[in-house]
Amino acid sequence: MLSLNKIQVTQGTFELKAHFDVDAEQNVAVVGPSGAGKSTLVGAICGFIDLSAGLVMLHGHDITQAQPDARDMAMLFQDNNLFPHLTIAQNVGLGIRPALRLTGDEVGQVNDALARVGLTDFGTRKPSELSGGQQSRAALARALVQSKSWMILDEPFAALGPALRAEMLDLVAEVAAETKAGVMMVTHAPEDARRISDSVIFVADGVAHGPQATTGLLDNPPPALKAYLG
Amino acid sequence: MARNAKPINNAAGIAAATFVVAAVLLAFVGIGLRVETFSGLGPAEWQAIRFTILQSLLSAFLSCVLAIPVARALARRRFWGRAFLITLLGAPFILPVIVAMLGLLAVFGRSGALNDILAMLGISKISIYGLQGVVLAHVFFNLPLAIRLLVHGWQGVPAERFRLSAQLGFGRGMMFRLIELPLLMRILPGAFALIFVICLTSFAVALTLGGGPRATTVELAIYQAFRFDFNLGRAALLSLVQLFVAGGAAVLAFWLVPSISFGGGMDRMQRRWDGQVRGARVLDGAFIFIAASFLTLPLLAILTSGLRGMLEVPLIVWSSAWTSLWVALISVLVLLGTALPMAGWIATSRNGSVEVIGLLGLSVSPLMIGTGWFILIYPIANPTDWALPVTIAVNALMALPFALRILVPSIRETIQTYGRLSSALGISGFAMWRCVLWPRSRPRIGFAAGLTAALSIGDLGVIALFGDPDRSTLPLQMYRLMGSYRTDAAAGAALILLVLAFGLFWIMDYWGRRNAIA
Repeated sequence: MLSLNKIQVTQGTFELKAHFDVDAEQNVAVVGPSGAGKSTLVGAICGFIDLSAGLVMLHGHDITQAQPDARDMAMLFQDNNLFPHLTIAQNVGLGIRPALRLTGDEVGQVNDALARVGLTDFGTRKPSELSGGQQSRAALARALVQSKSWMILDEPFAALGPALRAEMLDLVAEVAAETKAGVMMVTHAPEDARRISDSVIFVADGVAHGPQATTGLLDNPPPALKAYLG
Repeated sequence: MARNAKPINNAAGIAAATFVVAAVLLAFVGIGLRVETFSGLGPAEWQAIRFTILQSLLSAFLSCVLAIPVARALARRRFWGRAFLITLLGAPFILPVIVAMLGLLAVFGRSGALNDILAMLGISKISIYGLQGVVLAHVFFNLPLAIRLLVHGWQGVPAERFRLSAQLGFGRGMMFRLIELPLLMRILPGAFALIFVICLTSFAVALTLGGGPRATTVELAIYQAFRFDFNLGRAALLSLVQLFVAGGAAVLAFWLVPSISFGGGMDRMQRRWDGQVRGARVLDGAFIFIAASFLTLPLLAILTSGLRGMLEVPLIVWSSAWTSLWVALISVLVLLGTALPMAGWIATSRNGSVEVIGLLGLSVSPLMIGTGWFILIYPIANPTDWALPVTIAVNALMALPFALRILVPSIRETIQTYGRLSSALGISGFAMWRCVLWPRSRPRIGFAAGLTAALSIGDLGVIALFGDPDRSTLPLQMYRLMGSYRTDAAAGAALILLVLAFGLFWIMDYWGRRNAIA
């Protein structure tokens, strides 16, 4: 279980508060208006943004001060998920160990992961030789080998077309199910939330509200969410 | 991220910076031990100070003023060989000073091409020695720098602005007031300050073309106090003077000096609509032709006389070429060992003031550092035994400010773009350097290494203080040949030095750019 215990993030005059739990292996979407603090919320959970108060707990351990790589979370950003100077296999391999040479076993693991996301034979290429969708797949392959208990995604497929985005979301759900990981995904699109998530965290007016069942929430939105959904 | 989490450890950077500061402070200690303040500054010292400042002001002023028409012409004209000419403008920066001297003498010297022409026309000969010669040489080195800075500025003007000017039918006056004047105001003060500071510590130029009580720079006076009088007290006093003159100017200039861009992109052309009348085109052509000749004729002279002199080259030239080569390579290693950790520290530091440490190398002069260390080494060991290690260290120290200006932006940008991803994957410390920073910055590292190698192999500075016939570098050997009027042998040595300097630069720069992913 991931617990946010009265956390508070202060950035200048902007403040974000959250106090809720998310069960393990859940798929949750984070929605809300631009500038409400969605990215700030996941940044704080992943350890990129300092808290001004509160605790982040995972599996009952306090991880508030833990380094980003020691949090049992794999993160996919909006862009720059791959190092452009490394091959796809090296990029994926970094998920196993922060080194460029891997053992035979580890190379096998990388190849399996690439095959799983449909990138067999792409290992020796550089990111610039891949399409946007393929680059997302490579980043997912890395999340697969990282095998963390949470995958945190910050609008990772915003640059992809609708069909491709739906395909990637399904792949995320499959990968998460295989690694028994929970998924927390920031998104602008309600249809993305419906496609992948069991519940929704709604962020508005400086508060991140605890997860509520997706269908119920989106079908009968409270006023603030209704205003956002339009 | 946990408050003190950083992708790279600062300890190495702080250690490297401490090493640099300690090296400079040690020199101060040495100078302090011997300085004779009681004797005060005599008329000769004041003369040297006046000459140093006067020639620097003139060199900076002429370089900047002459750069304006040439840069404007280069920015708005397309012609065959333009890209080559712009590349060539970078050459004087890595051209060994002593080699350029030989080229300038061949064109402007007593029996040079220019005086031959003047003699045919019945005009009396002009002399390249003294103030005019020193300024001429400094303009040769720094005019291209000023031109490059200005061309870069012109190319930074958004294309829309030229389109708008064409649309609104701006005349020459309006173009100047609305586009060119603001550009010049932005770039010229920095260019002037940079050239002024570079010329303040000029040594090899003054050594070759200056000298005598009327044309001695402070840097040259230090050398003379050393070599001719072996008066360490006076050398120390002059070093102190140099510290105040050059150091003070460098600190002032720091706020004005523009970020130095050596990189590509300058051959990109903008479509221009202004200056299409015949007069402007002829004038631009003339400026480009004169500037190109001024730059290329000395280089051509080196090539032709060097090829002729190749057979005259004595064996000792080859052995000092070998010495110079490994001195330059070790300088590069020392530079990278210091500059990379420091650049990492500066790039991740929220406090911009640490960058100032890197500029220490600009504010101290090679002979000043050399004097200080000489005084410290002299009582305990034979300084000539230390000639090459000291040369290596000083060369690296002098290249440090440039290397940092080249490396820091790239490392800062890499950390901004990939820092989160790296820390999410647990890449930090040495792995961060190996997997991320080194490969991402490789073009910049190659460029900085090439620059250091070229500057180091062509340097004629502290080695002139410490060197003896057994331990000399190629520039010093070449200077000796020139001094003993073995002109052909010197020309051959110059060509070898030229090939080594440009060759090292090219190899390292090419290594950096090879397979580089944007």
